[in-house]
Amino acid sequence: MNDNDIVLKVEEIYKSFGDTEVLRGVSFDVRRGETKVFIGPSGTGKSTLLRCINQLTIPDRGRVWLDGEEVTNSGARINYFRQKIGMVFQNFFLFDHLTALKNVELALLKVKGMGKAEAREKALTELRQVGMEDWADHYPAELSGGQAQRVSIARALAMDPDVILFDEPTSALDPELTREVLEVMKKLARNGMTMLVVTHEMGFACSVANEVLFMENGVVAEQGPPDLLLNDPRFTRMKDFIGRIDSRMDD
Amino acid sequence: MDVLPILIDWLPYLLSGIVSTLGLVLVALGLGVLLGLPMALGQVYGARPIRWVVGVYVWFFRGLPILVLLFLFWFGIFPAIGLGHLSAFVVGAVVLGLRGAAYQSQIFRGAIQSVGEGQMIAARSLGMSRLTAIRSVILPQAMRIALPGWSNEYPNILTDSAVCYAIGVVELLTITSRIVTQTHITIPIYLAAAGIFIVLNYGGLKLLHGLEKRIAIPGFGTGAM
Ligand SMILES: Nc1ncnc2c1ncn2[C@@H]1O[C@H](COP(=O)(O)OP(=O)(O)O)[C@@H](O)[C@H]1O
Ligand SMILES: [Mg+2]
Repeated sequence: MNDNDIVLKVEEIYKSFGDTEVLRGVSFDVRRGETKVFIGPSGTGKSTLLRCINQLTIPDRGRVWLDGEEVTNSGARINYFRQKIGMVFQNFFLFDHLTALKNVELALLKVKGMGKAEAREKALTELRQVGMEDWADHYPAELSGGQAQRVSIARALAMDPDVILFDEPTSALDPELTREVLEVMKKLARNGMTMLVVTHEMGFACSVANEVLFMENGVVAEQGPPDLLLNDPRFTRMKDFIGRIDSRMDD
Repeated sequence: MDVLPILIDWLPYLLSGIVSTLGLVLVALGLGVLLGLPMALGQVYGARPIRWVVGVYVWFFRGLPILVLLFLFWFGIFPAIGLGHLSAFVVGAVVLGLRGAAYQSQIFRGAIQSVGEGQMIAARSLGMSRLTAIRSVILPQAMRIALPGWSNEYPNILTDSAVCYAIGVVELLTITSRIVTQTHITIPIYLAAAGIFIVLNYGGLKLLHGLEKRIAIPGFGTGAM
């Protein structure tokens, strides 16, 4: 596989809600197997950006390309692209009426049209990936936050996506559970999954990210590989911001 | 006069009223779901005109006394649209059902709206169409949420069904008053009828609560766990 192979292209995304300009021209390319981490103050449009990529939010302007095909303006084909763009949410959003196994199976059956036996097999494989196969028959209400988030990662993985979007996947978790979810994500990164991750976990960013993008006021204000950003005096705003979240954590 | 032997003589006739009363209730409940659920979906997911039509429907059927509705359809609307030949039973059941649909649609609507918005977002993010998401994710949850409230429609419709007496449906109350006319025994006969209503009421609720338990899922507040 070509290392420079661009799988996701985001071009000049703009989005306003009423009078509020939330995204003001965001562009970046994602190479296959790459992990990009997005950080920045809350309300700067990080969630909106991720949701514009899979069109859960329709951008006012700009384009998104997946593997050379345009995702924006794709009409009903959006459901095809969404299979290839997984998403993991801060609050998991597991299907509350289904067991862990059925959560992972559902889209395989209803979207991919897979047979029952095959879907089950696939779902169990993905649950194993995230260390949740022993919990296959438990309902979301019976899982800890960390377990629920791992199931939701398995649910995204099951579609064999080209890229997974993580929107603050550990922000609803306490430190212990955060660690187990980050472990799973690190493993995915090592195995070559392409990931866009909004997070404030700088440890994760430094160890996994190929690039960190610092967002502020709807634009990418600074970006670069994590070691450079942390050590280079040019990246002052991001360091200020990281300093602020670190001191908040020390409180 | 010894009441008990007379009561026992008439009991089979009295019990025969159960069939048509339960018939009214089951048709009305069924019609209520059949119409009420699509109405609820229309109100939550539909375009403005659909929401408006459903709103007017609900306002109309919840706004009028059941007796007025019954007379309106029996003497007015059905004859006017060429359905004057329908039996009193059919008209009674349909009116109870139309009215039930108005109430049930609001129970379903509330349940659908109480499913967290994240459920739809997650479903769509996996590539499900809106329809698939509604069918496979939203409705299975909404139905469980709705069931306790929906179960309460059963006693409501059961007790309302007695009003069909007024248009001559031969249901429990009609039969009861016929027996009273024949035997001139009043209180014991009405008490017997009341007893039957109570048994039907209690028995039906028991069945519905059994259903709630059967489909209960950890974390879902059906109240039956
Ligand atoms: N659906 C929406 N309607 C109106 N405003 C929204 C909507 N979604 C997000 N916003 C606003 O857009 C801004 C950016 O939100 P968000 O993308 O969630 O930021 P972040 O994820 O960086 O915290 C916020 O001010 C938020 O209130
Ligand atoms: Mg956010």
